[in-house]
Amino acid sequence: MDKKVAVVGVGATAFRASTPDVSYRELTYEAATKAYLDAGVEPKEIGAFVATSEDFVEGYSISDEYSPDQLGAVLKPIHTVPGDFIQGLGNAMMLVTSGFADIVVVQGLSKASNMLTKSDLLTFATDPFNWRPLLESPHAIAGMEMARFMHETGTTREQCARVVVKNRLNALSNPRAALGAALELDDVLHSAPVAYPLSELDIAQHADGAVVCVLANEDKARSLCKQPIWIRGIGWSTETNALDNRSWGEAAYMRRAADTAYRMAGILSPAAEVDFAEISDEYSYKELSHLEALSLCPRGSAGKLTETGWSQPTGEFPVNVSGGCLGSGHMFELDGGQKVLECLLQLRGQAGSNQLADVHTGLAAAWRGVPTTTGAVVVLSDQPR
Amino acid sequence: MGYRRVAVVGAGITKFTRFAKETNGELSYEAARMALDSCEMNLSQIDCVSIGTAPDAFDGFHLNGETLAEGSGGFNKPVMRNYVGGGTGVMSAIHGWQHVASGMFDTCLVIAEEKMSSAFPHPAGAFLTIFDHTTEQPVMPTLLWIFAIEMQRFMHAHGYTKEDIAKVAVKNKRNALDHPCAQLGAEITVDDVLNSEIMAHPVNRLDVSPTSDGAVALVFAAEHVARRVTEKPVWMDGVGWALDTAYWCTRDLYYPDYVEVAAKKAYEMAGIKEPAKEIHIAEPYDPFTYKELHHLEGLQLAPRGGSVQMLLDGVTQRDGNLPVCPSGGLLGVGNPIAAAGLMKVAEIFWQLRGEAGKRQVPGNPTCGLAQAWGDLMQVGTVVVMRT
Repeated sequence: MDKKVAVVGVGATAFRASTPDVSYRELTYEAATKAYLDAGVEPKEIGAFVATSEDFVEGYSISDEYSPDQLGAVLKPIHTVPGDFIQGLGNAMMLVTSGFADIVVVQGLSKASNMLTKSDLLTFATDPFNWRPLLESPHAIAGMEMARFMHETGTTREQCARVVVKNRLNALSNPRAALGAALELDDVLHSAPVAYPLSELDIAQHADGAVVCVLANEDKARSLCKQPIWIRGIGWSTETNALDNRSWGEAAYMRRAADTAYRMAGILSPAAEVDFAEISDEYSYKELSHLEALSLCPRGSAGKLTETGWSQPTGEFPVNVSGGCLGSGHMFELDGGQKVLECLLQLRGQAGSNQLADVHTGLAAAWRGVPTTTGAVVVLSDQPR
Repeated sequence: MGYRRVAVVGAGITKFTRFAKETNGELSYEAARMALDSCEMNLSQIDCVSIGTAPDAFDGFHLNGETLAEGSGGFNKPVMRNYVGGGTGVMSAIHGWQHVASGMFDTCLVIAEEKMSSAFPHPAGAFLTIFDHTTEQPVMPTLLWIFAIEMQRFMHAHGYTKEDIAKVAVKNKRNALDHPCAQLGAEITVDDVLNSEIMAHPVNRLDVSPTSDGAVALVFAAEHVARRVTEKPVWMDGVGWALDTAYWCTRDLYYPDYVEVAAKKAYEMAGIKEPAKEIHIAEPYDPFTYKELHHLEGLQLAPRGGSVQMLLDGVTQRDGNLPVCPSGGLLGVGNPIAAAGLMKVAEIFWQLRGEAGKRQVPGNPTCGLAQAWGDLMQVGTVVVMRT
């Protein structure tokens, strides 16, 4: 697979805790309009569309029905991927490399504020006989995983809390992120317990928003765009939804997804070849376990490195400079979209006061959240493979 | 533009039934196992998995693709779910094509599964939240109502009668008698259809496909793999899909534009100029009797207003010039939504390989078409396959 694909346009709404002024379709409309303007394309020039959404999250069953109109995709090839935005990006990339379309759009959306019973919804995703009766809160699954991860790697509770302090602080200078805060370590450690060892501030709050990306093949990318950002590698993987036989101490799904992405990108030494990363941090410990699964640091070292400031915006390897999910909000299938957006802005030099100096290759990694073991990784670069 | 050639090399199916004892994961496993066995492959030779399943509400799970992943052979593999409502079954085949045609994968196991009996007492309840919250939900519409509106409009525009359309049920349920996985194969008469309970005028009970549980799986492979695995690959020569506006009240329902757009894309890719002559066998989506006719017109396989004449002339019988739904279709085999669509693709696969048993159409067909439809009467998904 030697065909090159680039992102030539991106548009997004701000990420907010609630959006009573707009419907979920209007959120997408805003992001799509901005993306098409950014790419300099009109809907009629777009060959295919991929929408990412999962039923119920917006309060609808068969959410695919309402995908075409606000994207300008009526009577066009469009389908829904109920998966993370980065999986949708992978599907859009397939549509380009297969030759089906020169320009393909991928859309992601969260209207989490429509859903008043999020906890019940997630419990509904587990086994109805063995697990649903036991799960008072789906956070319990994350709590068990966090405990096992800390036990196997020697990561401490304080190291996890430092992720929260860092990401919420980063979000303060990101105008798209709504959950910026200057917290002390003790604020996190002493927040209300939720599911041992998780406490309230370890858990990302929900947010609404939309992101739309325009992808193009090499010819179109070079003619449309002065600053295309190339998809150097992409991968996704699922372990198992069953709680009985999954890897609790490491994010095995993310390791497999990353292996695929690095192989496609020709990356042998990720820590040396990637400049910064936006990584799923729906829970504080997830940033650490994902960093290790992504081979961006050795197993058992992510917590210690976080303590030294390694992952700060000024550190050796900036992680979640945007504020991540902890600072921008957990947006279900849009989590990957928020991360891809921030990577694109960094690589284009448009990240504003959060801009990192001299970055050329970024990584976005998303996890679909509890109770899943599905992860997706994309390596983006200002240079093609 | 030359596409990377993609073949179907194996197929599997479970029995379609009401209240299957198997879980949704187990149904997927049975179909996947049979598909892999049919081409003597195993999971280590499968690069990725594509899952098709319609509303999560049917199976009774949120994130249903995740629930199905393990039974579908997706453990530690790239798994992606695709979704276009009722059109998901044929979209799953298109999704399998996308995975392999992209060059990113050489093999893809495609599973479509639905277990509608989990939604008790009837899955119609799962459709209450599919309608627009402001303009439609307050009048509490059901799918039967809106399809009755479409059927009425279709009959009015072309002067079709209930008696004409009932013949689709007679044909398909009879065809299904020869399908070992069929739920509702039966020898019935036009009068049986007309005298069955009225669901929402002009739709009678025997105009409608049943609610079902079941799963279907197909193995997709790039040319170099397909040639090694089988002597009889069936090539995916054309794919097309399209969604019309969600605001279905703004459309004239007598003609499915979305099917025409999807079909024309598939024909263009397959190099088909005269579909009615070049396609030997068709499996259009028939959840309701009138839909088979409606879709034949959208697919350009019948002239607008001419589909009923084809039916009356026997053209669409299994031994006619253009056998339509020789499997027995959704009306006869059953309608586990996504699985029913992929069942149609599997039927074309078996028919083109001459492996359809008692259902085999005469004349050694070499080119077939499968199509599905869904969401709010707005999705067309079409594949064209050749030997």
